[in-house]
Amino acid sequence: MKYTRLVSLVIFLIILGIWEAACRSFEVPDFILPVPSEIVMITITKWSVLLPHAGVTALEILLGIGISLLISVPLATIMFARPSVEQALSPFLVASQAVPVFALAPLLVVWLGYGIASKVLMAAIIIFFPITVSLLEGYKNCEYEYTMFFRLMGAGFWKTLRLLYWPWALPYFFAGLKVGVSVATIGAVIGEWVGAQKGLGYLMIQSNARLKVDMVFAAILWLSAMGLCMWAFVGFMERRVIRWK
Amino acid sequence: MLDISKITKKFDGLTVLDKFNLSVPRNGFTALVGPSGCGKSTFFDVLTGVVPRDSGTISWLGKNLSSLGRKAAYMQQKDLLLPWFSLMNNALLPVKISNQINKASREKAQELFGRLGLDGFENYTPQQVSGGMRQRCALVRTLMFEYELVLLDEPLSALDAITRRSLQSLLVLLQSEFKKTILMITHDVEEALVLADEVLVLTNPPMRIRERFSLRGNKPRQRSDPELIRIREHILDELQSELTDEVY
Repeated sequence: MKYTRLVSLVIFLIILGIWEAACRSFEVPDFILPVPSEIVMITITKWSVLLPHAGVTALEILLGIGISLLISVPLATIMFARPSVEQALSPFLVASQAVPVFALAPLLVVWLGYGIASKVLMAAIIIFFPITVSLLEGYKNCEYEYTMFFRLMGAGFWKTLRLLYWPWALPYFFAGLKVGVSVATIGAVIGEWVGAQKGLGYLMIQSNARLKVDMVFAAILWLSAMGLCMWAFVGFMERRVIRWK
Repeated sequence: MLDISKITKKFDGLTVLDKFNLSVPRNGFTALVGPSGCGKSTFFDVLTGVVPRDSGTISWLGKNLSSLGRKAAYMQQKDLLLPWFSLMNNALLPVKISNQINKASREKAQELFGRLGLDGFENYTPQQVSGGMRQRCALVRTLMFEYELVLLDEPLSALDAITRRSLQSLLVLLQSEFKKTILMITHDVEEALVLADEVLVLTNPPMRIRERFSLRGNKPRQRSDPELIRIREHILDELQSELTDEVY
């Protein structure tokens, strides 16, 4: 494990080295492609500029995750309990993901304004699908023998859900949540691109317009770090909750 | 007495059970042995109501029942322990489900843990203990059901020979100490002869009773008993011939 991580780090450093060397050798202007060392400097030294924007984006993402959880968990449970509901809703679920978020973003900004509401909803739309689908799959994956055993013990659906289906589906739920938090930044940033007054997406658009490409990269780095932190936190929670794996 | 009368079950034209009859006396131990695919598991599924029967009646202590689902404890080859619960919580599952968990049920489980050699392992999870201990925990769970009737579907077949032998004596306790009425499916002819009062040899579908052996003596019986060995060889020959009939 440690070895593979070391390999990843070495590969990453090699790529950065090639990038740095190429930019310096070919004298690529900063407004086209800044050198990695410059990006790292900006990322650290301009933290006071980046932090308030990152805070807004993080809030949008966290609220999006919260809303999507409030929708996904009951929805997946109802779809599992009532297969007719699953059949009825599946086309809408798939359609919600088939429409590009870029197409939805302007509409949501028109409907919900330039504040964080439209971005929160964008993030929620992106996150809720992997969580719903994974959780539903987890419920369905419960072994028949266990289901039958619970039935023979006289357990009703809700009791079986609490004692069997939900714990059984937890690894799937966390897998879906990991995917969700990884892509959550996309929804928030796209929303900010279309219309916002704050956020890392907004900062990227503003910096790009002023040819401050190093700041665009710094914002990307912060976004990546946020995504990684959330992913690691979900992984940590997963290990805490699913102790039997 | 458990009375099963004229049970019929067909699947897509294949008659698995055709007016099958069986009686198990109260506090009796009956074992069913038969060739693979003869319909033993289907028979249990019909008894428990997992699969609806086409016709026939099931009665327990003189009362006709739609199934034994809520009247019998059920233990099978797979221990079906939940990995997210401790052994104690797994054992308490039947009382949790029936909302009857209380101090008395905990004490009963604790006592059974002691009797079955699981003392000190209450808070272990199933993946932390051996297969034999898991199956013993499943046995405690079976005993936590307040049902007198116990259906055993190859309960020890997944275990190694030594563990199986030690658990066979625990199965005897079900009958002798806990006064259960037991109906067991097994592939292990010797296990059936060592544990049961009556061993029924079954035919290929439609499943019928080919031969019936009533056995006496203290249990678990001695495997080296010449009479037991003779019966075992005879039953194995019968099962072999069932297999040959199927092939030809």
